[in-house]
Amino acid sequence: MSFNGFAEQFPIVFAALNVGFLQTLKLFFVTLIGAIPLGLIISFGSMSRIKPLSGLVKVIVWVVRGTPLMLQLLIIYYGPGILLNNPIWGGGENGRFLASAVAFIINYACYFSEIYRGGIQGVPVGQNEAGLVLGMTKPQIFFKVTLLQMIKRIVPPMSNEIITLVKDTSLARIIALQEVIWAGQAFMKSSHGISGQLWPLFFTGVYYLIFSGVLTLLFGYIEKKMAYFKS
Amino acid sequence: MNILEINNLKKSFGKTEVLKDISFSLKKGEALSIIGSSGSGKTTLLRCLNFLETADSGKVFLNGDLLFDASDKKTYSERDIREKRLNFGLVFQSFNLFPQYNVLKNVTLAVELLRKDEMRGKQKAQIRAEIEQNARDIIGRVGLSAKINNYPCELSGGQQQRVAIARALALKPNILCFDEPTSALDPELTGEVLRVIRELKSDDTTMIIVTHEMEFAHNVSDKVIFMADGVIEEQGTPDEVFGNPKSDKTKAFLVKSLEQI
Ligand SMILES: Nc1ncnc2c1ncn2[C@@H]1O[C@H](COP(=O)(O)OP(=O)(O)OP(=O)(O)O)[C@@H](O)[C@H]1O
Ligand SMILES: [Mg+2]
Repeated sequence: MSFNGFAEQFPIVFAALNVGFLQTLKLFFVTLIGAIPLGLIISFGSMSRIKPLSGLVKVIVWVVRGTPLMLQLLIIYYGPGILLNNPIWGGGENGRFLASAVAFIINYACYFSEIYRGGIQGVPVGQNEAGLVLGMTKPQIFFKVTLLQMIKRIVPPMSNEIITLVKDTSLARIIALQEVIWAGQAFMKSSHGISGQLWPLFFTGVYYLIFSGVLTLLFGYIEKKMAYFKS
Repeated sequence: MNILEINNLKKSFGKTEVLKDISFSLKKGEALSIIGSSGSGKTTLLRCLNFLETADSGKVFLNGDLLFDASDKKTYSERDIREKRLNFGLVFQSFNLFPQYNVLKNVTLAVELLRKDEMRGKQKAQIRAEIEQNARDIIGRVGLSAKINNYPCELSGGQQQRVAIARALALKPNILCFDEPTSALDPELTGEVLRVIRELKSDDTTMIIVTHEMEFAHNVSDKVIFMADGVIEEQGTPDEVFGNPKSDKTKAFLVKSLEQI
């Protein structure tokens, strides 16, 4: 059986790309859920007064930010099997997803940690001192005074990173994670009875455009919500 | 009786001794101006009184009771310090208003947090209304009733500083400290802030004002301290210090600050 006309191909391709895009979305959200809190821990580590700890954390952040994510993916996926003779991820799509998620979470947590650090250190010390002089406790100062100012500082750079993450998920293609690019590319050879077609790969761009468009609108809305004050 | 008595306060940062044996006292309702050149330790003194810095040695008495004794500072918990510092208010040179809150909320926030435990059940609405009414009165006293719902970024520097004064007053401190309250302002805005401070005086609020405004210090204060290199070089009534300074350093400082005008 073969499908020749675009109209015949479209529903089949669309269904296959949706499956791939679901995997893209899964990687995207799992990365955020892991990297947003891990980044906070890393940022506390890099701001720690314990010099060896902050030094170590800064070196890790430098290595992770200074090397390509694609390389990190390859090392995390193949490293344990080759170096330790222990392929911890297991085979199959689940193993590839797990390895991708770990690589993405570590990578993005390091980027987020630097953004948090800028946000936290960017709030003037005078805000803290004003709270102290007014008899507030440290938790009260954090939650009632400085937190929102930090968030306001963090949102614009975070929105840039998160929109980059949408597109970066495609790097997991390198270890054959079956995300949307993988699904589109499959039609160049043969997939679901369709072969030798390039357009499904190009069509994946539409998914990215729509998704990053939605995020851009969302972050624009959040920024506007906080535009009533300047800090 | 003296509302405030400071005995032999000392403070060093590393090897530099910034406060060298500071002692003075203040009566209730008095306004004290502290003058002196840059780096003489005026800010550090106010920060020690407000527990933003911990003095290395010395004692502070409030209404005759020992409030702070550097020799047993280890025993002061964070909670103790919070209670003790509420005896003082501090108005910063750079205002430090909370940018995300409007004028009213800037003034009520700390009071609400302080009375959080009382605000339970039926009492809650009543106490909240009381706090808000008190804040509105104070905001009126600093002449900003029309700006009560504005955010700090919508106010001039002079207006922001008046909000900062209202915010400090809302906690009814025994002693209100000002650290160069007009230094960050354009010259045409200093007048409105100085006027507010002057009007507070008639309410028998005790004040310590670090300032470079010599005319203001002369006219408004009951007492003037001239600090130089971490020591009180000279203290007395404004007429004594400005009209008839004894120390050569004071004379030199006054001549220099007159030239600047
Ligand atoms: N946290 C600190 N660490 C180290 N040195 C400090 C610190 N705070 C103040 N100093 C030093 O202490 C000295 C006194 O500073 P302080 O701010 O009390 O002076 P000041 O009289 O308020 O001066 P100005 O008129 O410029 O405000 C200065 O030499 C300053 O560099
Ligand atoms: Mg100063």
